[in-house]
Amino acid sequence: MARVELAVIDDAPAVALQGLDELWFQVAGTVCNLRCRHCFISCAPDNHSHWFMTREQVREALDESVSLGVKEYYFTGGEPFMNREMDGILADTLALGPATVLTNATLILPRRARRLAALAAGSPYTLELRVSLDGITREMNDAIRGDGAFHRCVEGVRNLVAQGFLPIITCMRSWPEPDTPRYLQGFRELLAEVGYHRPRIKILPPLLMGEEARRTRGYEETERVTARMMEGFDASQLLCSRARLVTASGVQACPILLEAPSARVGDTLSEAARTPVRLKESACFTCYLSGAICSNTGGGVGGEL
Amino acid sequence: MSGLPLVTPGAGMTPATGMSPAVATPGAALPLHEPLVEALPGRPTRVAAFGGIYSNHRALEAAITHARERGAEAILCLGDLGAFGPSPDRTIHLLRDAGIPVVRGNYDDSIARGLDDCQCGYTDPRDNHYARISYEYTLANTSPESRRWMAAFPREIRFNLGPLRVLAFHGSPRRMNEFLWETTTPTHFLRGMAETAGVDVLLGTHTGIHWSRDLGGGRWYVNAGALGRPANDGRREVWYAMLSVDSPGPANGANGTGPEVGGRLQVEFMPVLYPVDLLADEMRDEGLPHEFIETIRTGWWTTCLEVLPGKERARGRW
Repeated sequence: MARVELAVIDDAPAVALQGLDELWFQVAGTVCNLRCRHCFISCAPDNHSHWFMTREQVREALDESVSLGVKEYYFTGGEPFMNREMDGILADTLALGPATVLTNATLILPRRARRLAALAAGSPYTLELRVSLDGITREMNDAIRGDGAFHRCVEGVRNLVAQGFLPIITCMRSWPEPDTPRYLQGFRELLAEVGYHRPRIKILPPLLMGEEARRTRGYEETERVTARMMEGFDASQLLCSRARLVTASGVQACPILLEAPSARVGDTLSEAARTPVRLKESACFTCYLSGAICSNTGGGVGGEL
Repeated sequence: MSGLPLVTPGAGMTPATGMSPAVATPGAALPLHEPLVEALPGRPTRVAAFGGIYSNHRALEAAITHARERGAEAILCLGDLGAFGPSPDRTIHLLRDAGIPVVRGNYDDSIARGLDDCQCGYTDPRDNHYARISYEYTLANTSPESRRWMAAFPREIRFNLGPLRVLAFHGSPRRMNEFLWETTTPTHFLRGMAETAGVDVLLGTHTGIHWSRDLGGGRWYVNAGALGRPANDGRREVWYAMLSVDSPGPANGANGTGPEVGGRLQVEFMPVLYPVDLLADEMRDEGLPHEFIETIRTGWWTTCLEVLPGKERARGRW
């Protein structure tokens, strides 16, 4: 009933959680060692609006996640490896299930890569590193991610590959869509130079919010998900149908909507699991069009058959 | 043929009563949610299960013989009859002749309904490119009669293995094309699925790589792997699962005695050798991509790689 009422009030449909398959952690808050010009939540060294999560906070949510049947755990920020407790957090997580860290890789020096390899080897589950790299040249990447980011990121990838990891390279598409094959080839050549010969590459659409809204454009008023658009649509394509984001100060619908008051769904995970998400934000429009881009294997994977 | 003909074509797998005449033939699929236990008199204690045939009729033939020789009282197919291999009707005829019940896989669902794609769950452009070649070939070469037969496959089959309650499906109990990889599927997640389904053993496939896990509390998950292509391990053999139980006692919960009746699952993964070179010749004659042939010749996957988790991918060559 609540779902219908919400849809009528402001034409923003609501999506209930079908199952908590993915549990995300804003483990570094909004603190990052880089200041990227496309960051959808404007993370930076001095952005303290969301602070680091403690290992204890993560552990509490992990404990709760078992009875909720969580399948995968994701860690994001900011830069997760700025969290001093990250190794312990990953050890706790990998005892329960697979973990994915979204990182800029600039802090992955050989010693950290070795520690990560040891953590991965000690678990029956996979440890995935998702590395953000936004260009195939220093000029292209650093125009977005800041001076020096390209070199340090590529070295981080080299260190991961040397330890046997196959990091997932993610890149926000900043070029016209038809040019994608050319850029994919560019990535393959670049990554081969650091010994990564079978790269996993994921091209993501831009999210027109935060710094990116200033760099290019924000969403148009018409770029929203309406109740009519949800008719006949497979809601499992949307991340909020199967995920929640735990932060140091509450639970949000998804990692993109960290700052959106409308996307706050509870103080605790169990409360958040019961609370439907209203698709009020324009970023929901991108998720609607592209599927749950935040997941390692895209959105929905075919949906309910 | 088997020296131990415990499973004879069309016998022991007779469809349950109440089937419509149109499908009540040896080898006909059981209707949706029809419990297999009715079709397996004597409550088997040793059952062979395989999935992901991918039109590899030569491996299928070898596996059926292998399973019979090793004492399988029943054989079950977990779906995805078509894909990389040649002449899909050959696989279908083998299964029908042997009277083997089949759970509906995403590929079977697509072929039977004539959908636009295989619903394999790939998200990478290269994976989808090869999936499309394979699907279009399979759809064009599956007879209308075979498609009608496939349309009757149930989404799941429940049966008793001795005292253990087993749920057989393709991907997962909740979604036909869900990937349950060993390194991305937590034990608590599987235990919850088994509890929700009210079974002791979850039996699926879809990933193409076999594995199993004791979930604790008298519950297990088994991924039977695939007969259609090797397990991305550099070996030419393909795999199926033999499930055995040490006690033929009453089913858990069936008589109100709860789950402590006894019976411990034993899972053996069986490697099957088959005439790889003959299949490769057929695939070449049918104009199928050389990448598919390379996989069955080398044991390394060359396509459909992006869905693999990092750990499984790192164990392969590509």
